[in-house]
Parts: sequence; C-alpha cells; structure tokens
Amino acid sequence: MLGALIRRYGDFDICEDAVQEALLAATLQWPAEGLPANPRGWLATVASRRRTEIWRSESARRRREEAAFSAAPRDVDPLPDSDDTLTLLMLCCHPSLTQMSQVALTLRAVGGLSTSEIARALLVPDSTVGQRISRAKQAIKANGARFRLPPDDEYTERVRAVLHVLYLIFNEGYTASSGPSLHRIELSAEAIRLARQLHERLPDDGETAGLLALMLLTDARRPARTTGDGSLVPLAEQNRRLWDATAITEGTALITHALATATVGPYQLQAAIAAVHDEAARSEDTDWHQILALYGLLRALAPGPMVTLNRIVAVAMVEGPRVALDELAVAERDPAFAGNHRVDAVRAHLLDMAGDADGARRSYRLAARRTLSIPEQRYLESRAMRHLSKPQE
Amino acid sequence: MKYLILIYSNPKSMEVWDNFSAEQRAAGLAGYQAIYDDLAASGELISSSALADPSLSKHVRIEDGRSIPTDGPFAEVKEHLAGFFFVECPSMDRALEWATRFSEAFLGSVEVRPTMAPGGGDI
Repeated sequence: MLGALIRRYGDFDICEDAVQEALLAATLQWPAEGLPANPRGWLATVASRRRTEIWRSESARRRREEAAFSAAPRDVDPLPDSDDTLTLLMLCCHPSLTQMSQVALTLRAVGGLSTSEIARALLVPDSTVGQRISRAKQAIKANGARFRLPPDDEYTERVRAVLHVLYLIFNEGYTASSGPSLHRIELSAEAIRLARQLHERLPDDGETAGLLALMLLTDARRPARTTGDGSLVPLAEQNRRLWDATAITEGTALITHALATATVGPYQLQAAIAAVHDEAARSEDTDWHQILALYGLLRALAPGPMVTLNRIVAVAMVEGPRVALDELAVAERDPAFAGNHRVDAVRAHLLDMAGDADGARRSYRLAARRTLSIPEQRYLESRAMRHLSKPQE
Repeated sequence: MKYLILIYSNPKSMEVWDNFSAEQRAAGLAGYQAIYDDLAASGELISSSALADPSLSKHVRIEDGRSIPTDGPFAEVKEHLAGFFFVECPSMDRALEWATRFSEAFLGSVEVRPTMAPGGGDI
C-alpha cells in the first residue's frame, strides 16, 4: 500500500502518514460499519485522499498546482503490489543511508512495525529510532532517490544491500534469543517474513534463496540452543529432537534447488553448511568432510575472520586438533584477529580436544574476559571451570 | 554496537577551563552542544549527561549490616568522571571518531568502552 502510494506520488513522509491514517480510519470504521466490499481498494482510496489533504495543507505555495492535481483522474483500483515491496525494500536500503538507518527504515516502512516496537527490539530509546527514521527519509529526499527500481548496472548491488539488511535484522533477533528480551525474537520472524517476500519476487536469485534458507536452517535450532535459564548450549550438545523439522525441510529444499540452478554465493554456502549440520541426527554423524569443503569454497569466495576460524574448527574434526592448532597459529598473525575473543575460544576448544586441560582453561578464561556477550561469557567461564577439577597434563 | 564514551577531567583541564574568558567558555559549551546535536541527528545517541562535581558524590559501604554513607572522593583525585555519552555505532572506529571531538581528548582523557550484550551467537 505504502509502496503503491509512493510510486504514484513520490513523497515518502506524506504517503507514510496517509497510510497510517487510513489504517487508523479502518480500525475505527470497519468494526462499526462492517468490512467494505474491497478492503484494499477502500484503504487505497482513503490513503490517497488523506495524502492529498496532507499535501494540500503542507504549503500555500503549492495551492495553484493543487487544482490541476485534483482534476486528474482519481479512480483507485486495487493496487498491484508485486514490485512495490521490492522497490520499497531497495529504497529503504538506499546506499546513502547508514546501516542502522536502513534497518530502522526497513522495519518501519516494509515491516510495518511502530517506532516503539523497533526501539524495544533494538534496545534503544524511541527517540533514537525516531531520529534514525527521520534522518533516513531526509537523506533519501536529499539524494533525489525516486521510487522506482534501480538501473540494471546497480540492480545486483542493491539486492545485495537488501539481503545484508535482512541478515542484520535476523541476527539481531537470533542472538537475542538467549537474553531476557523475548520481543527481540520477533525480529528473526520478521526477517524471515521479509526474506520470503523477496524470494517470491526474485525466485531465480540464488543468494536470496540462500539467505532465506540460512535463516530457516539457523532458526530451526533455536529451541535447542538455550536451556531454561538462558544458558547457551553448543551445537554438539543440543537435543536435536527439539529442532524444527519443518523449517529444516523447507530450508534444505530451498538451498538444494538454489545450488543446482543459480550462481553460487556466500549465503548459499553458509546455508549449505547449516543444512549439513541440521541433517545429522546425532552430532557424531556430522559430515565434517563436506563442511570443510564448503568452508574452503566460502574462504575463496568471501574470506573473513569468522570463515577462517570456523574452517579451522572443521579442520580439527577432519584432520585432528594439532593440525588445526598449527593453522590457528598462522591465522592469528593477521591483525584482523587482534583482541578477538573468538580466537581464544577456538584455541581453547582445540586444546580441549588435544587433551591440554591447562592450556584450554587459560584460553577459555581469556575468551570469557574478552567477549561482549553475557551468555557467551557465562558459557566460556563454565568451560574454564570444568577444567579446574581435571588433573593437569 | 553500543559504547559508553567516558569523559574525564583532571586538574590541568579544570585549570584551563577556570582561566577561560566568558567567550571561550561559551565556545567550549557550544562545542559540546554541537557534538550532542550531531550524535542525535545521526541516530547514534542513546543518552548522555554531564556529571555534577565529584565533591557532591556519596559513597556507600555496608558495615555490620548497616549502610554507612560517606562524602565525596577521599583524597585529591588525579582524574574524575565529568560526563558520559552512551552511543550506538557501527564500529569501535566510528565511536573513536566521536570521542576525539571532545576537548578532553587533548586536555583530560576520553575512554571508549564497548558494552556487553544480553544475547550471543552460536557457539
């Protein structure tokens, strides 16, 4: 609806206000007067009318133009929205915006969350979210961005920007699911819903399918990844019967199809790795050879500290902890890892596997001190404690 | 990522401030206001406040099951917390960019500390 209005009239703020007022009118009128024959058309008409009223009161200078505007044909049919969601997503993830603004605007304009809902989900005050959204709208206006699909040479890049924002929204919700703030979990559901909408519009885009699959395959493990008191449970120790089998089936089908038909990309590879984990009925059934091969591809395609470290964990499972520790020692020289608690956490895990209880305890302690996640800190401290009672080797 | 920018004064920075003319003080305060406005406009500001003089602090200690409040800092303090900005920035580098704009960055000291998050990723 918002997309349709913006496409027609081009002014983001006024259209957004108009749609909100139309929805408000609907909630007031429909219960009393019954549902109109064509609810969507009714909303579009009311929003369009309100948009004209708001626009009209905006400025006396424009009044003369208004006569011509009102004279234009005003019939409002049910509006096709197949491309509007996509266009609106791309506008919200416009390159002129900061990432935090892209996230806030996407949740507001496409997700339809209120400013307070977004603020609660992101753990910031309403005023901060309000600023981000109004600033984003100003930036879009100042950049002269129009409500239309970007030209071909920008298209792929803009889709990537949308995927990245959806990924950020998903992670914001997923990582919070071990914390006390339950409403943040809704962010993962919202990200999945938006990724699903995007996939419906771009069914042949492998990375869109890959991201949706990655979200489904990751979110499927949510019921098992924490205990009742919010403690994190590592993948190897999760009760796999708690995993969401429906989400795993859907995610696996999506990624299987994408890998067979589309150009491979980082989201698809991450989804494939998640699928290999998810299809193992027991932790010891995990096909680590396949995971190591997939991390090898991911490292070639999209190298980064997280990929390096996760690949080293897979190396340990295939070739043993000593080989992995040697690789870690080399990787650590990269300044990108300076002060990164994950290096210490991975080293601790590898030393643990190698039977070096003393070294493992020291690295777990160091990782616990450096992490910025409270539940992860608790987990790492508990691992360090576990090695206190063991005889030193 | 959320960061706490802690702004510390010391006797040297206090002395510089005390010797400022009215115009210099106004310019100094306008500088703070400008950082505040820019942080708010960018959507990165969560909250901020200047802190009252440390002589107005009370400390509390529990002894024999009773709380015993005491006044202010005990000895002359080399450095004291003068104010804070709680911000959300995409990176530490970005938070440091803001931090270097405070005059205390060259007169006193400014600390940027990441905050802990209530959630965590997969392990």
